[in-house]
Amino acid sequence: MSVQMSSDSSMIASTSTRARKLNAAEIAEIEHEMTLYPDKQAVGLEALKIVQKHQGWVSDESLLGIAKYLDLPASDLEGVATFFNLVYRQPVGRNVILFCNSVTCWIMGCDDLRRHITHSLGIDFGQTTEDGEFTLIPVPCLGDCDKAPVMMVGEKMQRKLTRDSIDELVVEVRIQPKARDDV
Amino acid sequence: MTDRPLTRNIDLNRGPLDIAGYEAADGYQSMHAIAKGLSPDDVLNIVKTSGLKGRGGAGFPTGLKWSFVPRGDGSPKQKYLVVNADEMEPGTFKDRLLMEGDPHLLIDGMLVAAYTIQANMAYIFLRGEYIDAENALKKAVKEAYERGYLGKNILGTGFDLDIVLHTSAGRYICGEETALLNALEGRRANPRAKPPFPQVSGLWGKPTIVNNVETLCNLPGILAYGVDWYQGLSRGVDHGTKMFGVSGKVKNPGCWELPLGTPVRELLEGHAGGMRDGLELRAFLPGGGSTDFMLPQHLDLNLDYDEIGKAGSRLATGTMIVLDDQTCPVGMVGNLMTFFAHESCGFCTPCRDGLPWVDEIFRGFEAGTGNQKDLQILHDHIEYLGPGRTFCALAPGATAPLGSGLKYFAEDFEKHITEQRCSYKH
Amino acid sequence: MAKIVIDGVTYEVNPSNNLLQESLSQGLDLPYFCWHPCMGSVGACRQCAVKQYRDENDENGMIVMACMTPATDGAIISIEDVQAKKMREQVIESLMISHPHDCPVCEEGGECHLQDMTQMSGHNYRRYDKKKVTHRNQYLGPFINHEMNRCITCYRCVRYYDDYAGGTDLSAQASHHHVYFGRQDDGVLENEFSGNLIEVCPTGVFTDKAFSKRYSRKWDLQVAPSVCTGCAAGCNTSPGERYGELRRIVNRYNSEVNGYFLCDRGRFGFDFVNSENRITAAFRRNRNGSEWIEEVDTGDARAAVANLKKTSVLGIGSPRASNESNFALRSLVGQENFFAGYSDLEHESMQLINNLMTNDTFHNPSIREIEQADAILILGEDVTNVAPRIALALRQSVRGRARELAAANQIPQWQDAAVRELAQRELSPMTVMTPYATRLEDVTTHSIVDSISGLIAMAQSIANEISNEAPSSSEANSDSNKEARDLISQIANELSEAKRPLIIAGSTAGDPKTLKVAANIARALSANRSKPTDLCLLSPEVNSVGLSLMVNSENSLGKALALLSSGEVKNVVVLENDLYRRASTASVDAALQTAESVVVAGHLPTPTTARATLVLPSTAFSEHEATYVNFEGRAQLSYQVHRCHSDVLPSWRWFMGPDIAHVDDLISLCASEITELRVLSELISGADIIPGIKVPRQSHRYSGRTAMKANINVHEPKQPVDEESKMSFSMEGVPSTKDSNILASSWAPSWNSNQSISKFQEEVNGELKQGHVGSQVFEKLSAQQSYFEITNSPQGSPCDLTISFAQQIFGSDELSAKTATIVERMTPSYIGLSLEDADSRGLKQGNTVRLGESSAIAIVTIRSKQKTGTAALYCAPGEINPFDVAEIKTICKSDTKQAVGDLDCLQLSDHWEDD
Repeated sequence: MSVQMSSDSSMIASTSTRARKLNAAEIAEIEHEMTLYPDKQAVGLEALKIVQKHQGWVSDESLLGIAKYLDLPASDLEGVATFFNLVYRQPVGRNVILFCNSVTCWIMGCDDLRRHITHSLGIDFGQTTEDGEFTLIPVPCLGDCDKAPVMMVGEKMQRKLTRDSIDELVVEVRIQPKARDDV
Repeated sequence: MTDRPLTRNIDLNRGPLDIAGYEAADGYQSMHAIAKGLSPDDVLNIVKTSGLKGRGGAGFPTGLKWSFVPRGDGSPKQKYLVVNADEMEPGTFKDRLLMEGDPHLLIDGMLVAAYTIQANMAYIFLRGEYIDAENALKKAVKEAYERGYLGKNILGTGFDLDIVLHTSAGRYICGEETALLNALEGRRANPRAKPPFPQVSGLWGKPTIVNNVETLCNLPGILAYGVDWYQGLSRGVDHGTKMFGVSGKVKNPGCWELPLGTPVRELLEGHAGGMRDGLELRAFLPGGGSTDFMLPQHLDLNLDYDEIGKAGSRLATGTMIVLDDQTCPVGMVGNLMTFFAHESCGFCTPCRDGLPWVDEIFRGFEAGTGNQKDLQILHDHIEYLGPGRTFCALAPGATAPLGSGLKYFAEDFEKHITEQRCSYKH
Repeated sequence: MAKIVIDGVTYEVNPSNNLLQESLSQGLDLPYFCWHPCMGSVGACRQCAVKQYRDENDENGMIVMACMTPATDGAIISIEDVQAKKMREQVIESLMISHPHDCPVCEEGGECHLQDMTQMSGHNYRRYDKKKVTHRNQYLGPFINHEMNRCITCYRCVRYYDDYAGGTDLSAQASHHHVYFGRQDDGVLENEFSGNLIEVCPTGVFTDKAFSKRYSRKWDLQVAPSVCTGCAAGCNTSPGERYGELRRIVNRYNSEVNGYFLCDRGRFGFDFVNSENRITAAFRRNRNGSEWIEEVDTGDARAAVANLKKTSVLGIGSPRASNESNFALRSLVGQENFFAGYSDLEHESMQLINNLMTNDTFHNPSIREIEQADAILILGEDVTNVAPRIALALRQSVRGRARELAAANQIPQWQDAAVRELAQRELSPMTVMTPYATRLEDVTTHSIVDSISGLIAMAQSIANEISNEAPSSSEANSDSNKEARDLISQIANELSEAKRPLIIAGSTAGDPKTLKVAANIARALSANRSKPTDLCLLSPEVNSVGLSLMVNSENSLGKALALLSSGEVKNVVVLENDLYRRASTASVDAALQTAESVVVAGHLPTPTTARATLVLPSTAFSEHEATYVNFEGRAQLSYQVHRCHSDVLPSWRWFMGPDIAHVDDLISLCASEITELRVLSELISGADIIPGIKVPRQSHRYSGRTAMKANINVHEPKQPVDEESKMSFSMEGVPSTKDSNILASSWAPSWNSNQSISKFQEEVNGELKQGHVGSQVFEKLSAQQSYFEITNSPQGSPCDLTISFAQQIFGSDELSAKTATIVERMTPSYIGLSLEDADSRGLKQGNTVRLGESSAIAIVTIRSKQKTGTAALYCAPGEINPFDVAEIKTICKSDTKQAVGDLDCLQLSDHWEDD
């Protein structure tokens, strides 16, 4: 959400001109979702996820683009987008680290690992490394508690974490070829 | 016949069974049994008689829940089945195993439930982070369509069912069934007032049943092998088997399918191998983060809904979180409070504004700035955030570890205040 | 009726309501936030916790939320229970943890529901010592301030704005204790009823921006019961004045009219009263040779007016002036010389409306009754822009379907979220047949956009489909295709099957035939139902109906102008009216230039006063006591709120002799002389509650009265005496809370906010105790019992586009359009075209066109629903006189370089966008 302290009416921007036109792939996927739900409001949330999959995150322009495409109020979409944890309204790095800090991982020492990973990446929760490689986000219990502490890097679970295994992982990700082109 | 109907096909050393393998292991027998002439009411009676209780946490009888769905000609044509696969309760990791390990079992169970309530549309509301489960389910759903277990006129019964796999955009509150419905409708996942219950006005205002993954996974066995077999599985008063897990500093953390009524000690000391060397058991949460602490004195209780209930806690998800004697109980409760405060949807006042205060107080304890007034405020919040006071069960769930923690670990709380630090930190 | 026990006392209650509503109806104090009398319950704030017991043997009971618990027969509850009280105290404590405690600088202070509830709940010691959550605020346009830090997250704003008023640009965002209520981005709140947020918000998140800039506490405002003059709806208002300046308007509850809500035109469009340009003294203008102006003494001016009686004179009345001023002018010039102050077409429509309103085939529904309609047909009227408050009512009518579904599923109507969830997007049928798409498009079942003649033809077919006695359209069966015929029969069915169908038409459509065919449809329904059908006939101005009852049918404005132009009548008196808004420039010019003397009474300079030989300063709506008749024939009394410059008089005073001292005398005289207006005598404020003691307009806490003029003179002046009314310009007297009739600012012990109104209602949402909802002027007669025969030939338009005139909530009303904040929301003249018509003329969105040979310029807006061959032209005040362009032959692209503004403020439901 971008809110500005302002009482100046010149701040008002016409939303229609700021909307990004969705690309064909996004539209195709959104249209597919339209066949699965009887009401387009449900598709609105799916569209946010689809756009995020393609763009990495949901910019204001993308959000307005979805609102325009589905003819849904932008403010409603914003209300939904900002409610859910996995809709990113700010740019994220190529690899989003979902770091579990719930109870079992806490018992198993995730606080220490958090200090380690924030120190080694040089970022805190909610931040992205300068090279755009990692974004670190805390996540509620990932449901792998017998293998705690755990985190997800991209789509992959990383279990029984230690300081060393985290270090190895960071190096590994950084040297692997970039699968996804920057958008 | 098997004594592990939920996990018998699960082998972590290989991927899940494909549809042929699943069929070969007595899979989809329930739909064949229905095709041979079971009416929806017949199935409802079987499930009612089986005594199956919901495995999502609340333990409500499944057959009874289904029976509230309006039936007959006057009832709305469109009905929905929704699978609550939004496993997010802290310390809970059972549905992940079921879905990753044997996805066809869930679809099999969904067929039974959907047929009974005559829903021809089902949504699986899957946690977004469960990528492996998503892939397994996608493949299984595709196979089930190809084999004619999904789609139109299934096995010639005239019954149609479509399944849509929906991945959540992520919020603990979506595990609350009415909040889940709002999320599925693309709205903010605030819970809804009950009544009206989803059985009457659920997804898009239509009659809807929301069942947990594990609950549904119980159904194929019940239909295939019968109620007597099912009731014979358990060792206690509740019927069937259940997924039980243990996490924390035990020797062998994990998740096992065990008969209901299994003693706590057998789970903790047998399956989980007891505490790690050098550690003592301090307490445990028997069924996830929203349950009251239990103590070593409770080890000889059986894992039954009522028995655990009488001891002041809840069986809930059956996944136990173990607190050892070298981990700070105040910190553990504080961790849970941070979780609940963050996951509050923000709809009702006590939860939205009460939990963050509680959380702040715990941070104060951690930082060594707590005082007696803080302790009083925590006590005040136990009642204030309790059942009936809040809009849904999220905050009352938080009061379970909070209230029992304040009771059982009073000395630790006092110590944090008097010493102005956490003495567990070295 | 059910019996329930509250703290040991048995009460008779309505079991279809919830415990909170019934407790309040019984006059009990039970704190609440998220519940609203018009919006039901959602159970979010948990403030109304009470203890409920299973039966008399239950000693423990359990805490329930009163708003979410039905008032079932036999229920036993306790408000005073210790646990319940503690719960309520804890809720307040929670709500306040991040509140900024900025009451001293908050506009809501002193009339803040949060302050009241905090006091009532007993939270008076702050224990929270952690960091507060803070928010950034948004720019929400010229009307409303946003201060999110004061928010207590009751969700009322979004429930009102989105669910009740149909807004789409305000939402709840984020979650947990960071929930935020705002727009997606900074910008004007678009909904026409946004101002109600100020009153719906229980604290100071949404406050009145214009009021903030010249703020005064509620108790420092001088107030009196008033009636909004922004349109014909006749909403009840409470204007507040301080230091001689009208500061704000808030809603005043009238169960039959506006209930709890106003539109933004009515709430914000009053600042013309404070205008620097107000005419404050009579002046004379010499038009011969070199023009000069001289001030005239009030006595001389009155004498000059009185002298006109002896000459050949005619008077032109005004639909925006009171009954009294119109009547006084009529008395001055004689009934036969009193002429309509609206256009000839409107005159014809108003004559017809009067006729229909007295016809017992039809019922004239109040706004509350409109909300109960379960099938609606609107013919020709852009309701949102003509009588906005009625559009808000229609949004509630269409929810009838939801109410039916809920009843069938045993869901109580007050379970707001549950009822909405159950009904999803299902709405009661509403057909809107208009020359351009309206702002009700989102709740319209059948939206039919066509030329007026096309609409009339279709409406005739609908009437004929309902009853074959009703004449059908001549071209009905020949050229309409099956699709059209199916639609006609569907609409006819929906209306026929409804329990309470409603037909809406009016005079702003600009063709009296729409009224006739609307009446035919209603008549056909009445015949089938054997009872009167609701026929709502809209007129555009506050007293269009009142004026119409005073004007002889042959006395049209056109005739008056002709009499003047021809020299047959030499003198004219114009009452509060700019004739250039009523007829073509040429015809008014000719009349006024020929007349020897032109006397104009008014508040502000207009093109008409610019041609006057004598201008008389007249008081504005808040400066005099007056009666008005609204669209449904409801006569209402509006009190004087404050005094103005002593040389400014109510217009009637300029026209009446000294024998009429009090406005009450004039009202009585008017009631006795005009049969149709005899009910006005019921409105006269009447005797004092206690003889000799008046009702103060100032509260008992009014600050600084002895000092407020000390900068001028330390000697405290005597309070001005109000000779006319039972109200006084002082603090002393019988408080208005003794009599809801004169209750402008509701207040009850512990209830300082507008929520205190429940203490004055018979029951929640009911009539005010001792209150007066107004008097109906139309007596139903068994009148004409036959259908209108309508000759509907498409007008031979000189232009290849059939032009209709569009209305704008901000702009179409003359006086509100002179308010600075309203001006910010106004749009320049525009012409709505179909894509085809735009393309064929090489016009793009935002181009300008020249209208005929005139210099009038309009901006092109392409509208996706506009029927090809038609155009919707909006004539902005001061830019285009619609009567000058009615006959234009061409519309062509203009190459004007002059700045014409943009259409950023224009809200259209069918704005066409190029992909």
